[in-house]
Amino acid sequence: MRYGLLAVVVIGAAMLGGCAEGVLDPKGPIAVADRQILLNSLGIMLAIVIPVILATLGVAFWFRASNLRARYRPDFAYSGRLEMLVWAVPAMTVFLVGGVAWVGSHDVSPRKPIASTVKPLRVQVASLDWKWLFIYPDQGVASVNRLTIPVGTPVSLELTSSGVMNSFFVPQLGSQIYTMAGMITRLHLQADHSGMYRGFSAQFSGEGFSDMHFDADAVTSENFAQWLDSVRSAGPELNAKTYADLAKPSAAVAPFTYRSVAPGLFDSILVSEAQPDDVMCRSYPRSMRAEK
Amino acid sequence: MNLLGKLDWSAIPFDQPLIMGASGGVVLVIALLLGWITFKGYVPYLWREWLTSVDHKRIGIMYIILALIMLLRGFADAIMMRAQQAVAAAGAQGYLPPEHFDQIFSAHGTIMIFFMAMPFVIGMMNFVVPLQLGVRDMAFPTLNSVALGLTASGILLTNISLAVGEFSKAGWVAYPPLSELQYSPGVGVDYYLWALQISGVGTLMTGINFVATILKTRAPGMSYMRMPVFCWTSLAANLLIVAAFPVLTATLAMLLLDRYLGFHFFTIDGQGNAMMYVNLFWVWGHPEVYILVLPAFGIFSEVVSTFSGKPLFGYRSMVAATMVICVLSFVVWLHHFFTMGASANVNGFFGVMTMIIAVPTGVKVFNWLFTMYGGRIRFTVPILWSIGFMVTFVIGGMTGVLMAVPPADFQLHNSLFLIAHFHNVIIGGTVFGLMAGYNYWFPKAFGFKLDERWGRASFWCWLIGFYLAFMPLYALGLMGMTRRMQHYDVASWQPWLVVAAAGVVVILAGIVSQVIQLVVSIRDRERLKVTADPWNGRTLEWATASPPPAWNFAVLPQVTDIDAFWKKKQRERTQAQPPKERKFEPIELPKNSATGFITAFFAVVTGFALIWHIWWMAGLGAIGTFLTMLAFAFRDEEETEIPAEQIARFEQVNQAEIAV
Repeated sequence: MRYGLLAVVVIGAAMLGGCAEGVLDPKGPIAVADRQILLNSLGIMLAIVIPVILATLGVAFWFRASNLRARYRPDFAYSGRLEMLVWAVPAMTVFLVGGVAWVGSHDVSPRKPIASTVKPLRVQVASLDWKWLFIYPDQGVASVNRLTIPVGTPVSLELTSSGVMNSFFVPQLGSQIYTMAGMITRLHLQADHSGMYRGFSAQFSGEGFSDMHFDADAVTSENFAQWLDSVRSAGPELNAKTYADLAKPSAAVAPFTYRSVAPGLFDSILVSEAQPDDVMCRSYPRSMRAEK
Repeated sequence: MNLLGKLDWSAIPFDQPLIMGASGGVVLVIALLLGWITFKGYVPYLWREWLTSVDHKRIGIMYIILALIMLLRGFADAIMMRAQQAVAAAGAQGYLPPEHFDQIFSAHGTIMIFFMAMPFVIGMMNFVVPLQLGVRDMAFPTLNSVALGLTASGILLTNISLAVGEFSKAGWVAYPPLSELQYSPGVGVDYYLWALQISGVGTLMTGINFVATILKTRAPGMSYMRMPVFCWTSLAANLLIVAAFPVLTATLAMLLLDRYLGFHFFTIDGQGNAMMYVNLFWVWGHPEVYILVLPAFGIFSEVVSTFSGKPLFGYRSMVAATMVICVLSFVVWLHHFFTMGASANVNGFFGVMTMIIAVPTGVKVFNWLFTMYGGRIRFTVPILWSIGFMVTFVIGGMTGVLMAVPPADFQLHNSLFLIAHFHNVIIGGTVFGLMAGYNYWFPKAFGFKLDERWGRASFWCWLIGFYLAFMPLYALGLMGMTRRMQHYDVASWQPWLVVAAAGVVVILAGIVSQVIQLVVSIRDRERLKVTADPWNGRTLEWATASPPPAWNFAVLPQVTDIDAFWKKKQRERTQAQPPKERKFEPIELPKNSATGFITAFFAVVTGFALIWHIWWMAGLGAIGTFLTMLAFAFRDEEETEIPAEQIARFEQVNQAEIAV
């Protein structure tokens, strides 16, 4: 029994470690920080949870009715000292984990830019039914279902949705964030190792949801420059018309790129759902709404 | 104008053998059952003794029967989902297309929360609370029956959607814009909305009824600090119902206005804001979690104390902890969407508030532990569930606090880790509690115990099955698998999902054991027969006959202490008293009323008509409901009198000692 349990734990850990690809196998500073906070909190709590489980089983077993050696104390229903302990132990635990939560929440706030000497790469993300559009506004190119980024460079993401809610998530790079129509959310990520990481939507968005994943391709700076060159030299242009085609519902779209992007296209996605005669909507700076 | 609105033959999915088979089977079973009841001549009995009964015990039992049936329905959905995910790996599509799979997970969540856990909890409170308070009925008996009727109406509408039309494909939370007309043009979301609106009104009625009952009608001498803990947790849960359910009703009403009348509360255009729905939904949604789990905490308190042969340790702490949870549950809702871009301060605040709830919850666990400490624990089925709960629930609580840490939630939100967490607390907390309560109070309700051996088998299957089914989901969540996937492309997830599917099969064995337990117990009811107090209980429900008479107590008990019945037994043991001559007085009981049943009928008609846009029928249904209310308001007599001789006769036969 005991060895069986041990075997399960060892095999489980091995499988988790070996084929993780998940949050326990971080490839960037945000993901590393998230994992550290997760493990710290878990450690603090396990220190109290494991003894409680053992004590529960132990007490239940020892005080079984058939155990004549156990002392029956039918009137033991109050003890000021124990009450003190009973409130203090969870309170202290929560105090510690609460501290981790408060500090961590500020340290890896999705809005907070990553401190770095390298100039961040701006990417605008739009979730469509059911694929991802990545616009590189400073480079003037765009990509569908593949996010190519240079290693070691902070990536500053602005995200929105063409319709229903989705959540942009690359577990190995770090935190996820929702995409919502008419609103912009912000996220800062960075990859420290080159490689192809699994990205997907973590919020159910309808029929094609299961195929709504993308590749996050972290490449060296030289390769990124080469990639930009190759993108600029081929493929269609992204303008109002080609965007309208792209926005039609489709699932499992193979990655492809746009060699140029019409200026202001991302903003037009933001307001495209607003009624043209709705003056309030137009005059109101939409990009501020999610942040308020 | 089409007389039947959107309804035509295409609403019935004749081309789907799976659905047609399932719904055909259900219709056949219901028809056979109704036929058998009619043939045997049970209809008048059913009508007189059950359907029109306003007796809180009968209503409680009917709630629980509904809940158990819906448990089977929701569990069938669970099996289908687990089977689908066990096979649909790396390019395979499995046997359920997305449009079907999406309905199944939406229905599973809706049914398990609203139509399994809620009626089960409410049924348990209905049966137990007035008995524990030492009173004869609820504050508003007919309202109670109407509430049951409305819950049943919601359940019926949800099940009609299986055969006529479709159910929602937007998940059980139905976030807009996905649930708006633009993205969900079918009737599925309408079924979801009207079923929840109708049953939600019923739940609100229940909440008001219990708050009034507990605050205003207690046995003489039962001050607040002498109330059994289950009554305290029920009070807390019902205060939450009264405060939270109107929010849900208003939120869903706004979505209905969007869908039916072109409003723009949550739409993308016209300045609607979908995030407002998410906020409001969870303002209800988080208290709902405690509505479900607090009564379960109460059940564990009763069970642990009874079978340890000791008073509950730290009664005052337990009460305080319950009320702290009750209040705090309203200031944590944002932790359901840390990932929507709130600022670090907002996320940090709600994260810390969420953890603070873990303090009173931790206090409860310690107090149960110290209740067992120094006890003489009899390992019956209810205490097995309780110990299983204590071990399982602390794991679920821990993973919950873990996700209350915003950066951890950024990685785990919506992943299978989350799924594992909330099943860990809802199954490990609420369901285990309800199973403990079901085994604990069954002899009180029917006069015979449930079979121990099958009960134990059921417990072990549930426990092992639960760990097999949900521990792999924790691992999958860490590996980056998100929820609600009809298929997936990562082959390495599949072994874990196969194990999870095996776990569901083990849980199935647990459910089958429970059915067998019930059948065997009914067969052996003579052997399992019990008197008033089979467990050596402590609270007043054990002071009256099993099953209790319609009037509960021939003479209302005088309460001088907590654990009133236990203290009375002790007094009798130490000081031999001469048997007192007992005088009985006639008792007035509320009369049966068909109001609940008729209201339910019209509610179903109205709901169905609104879903299919059959406006004339909706109008008729609404008028019918109103007239039923009117007829009830103008009733002449509302009570019948039980003559003293009948009570004396019953007391003589049952020998139940009542004058506490």
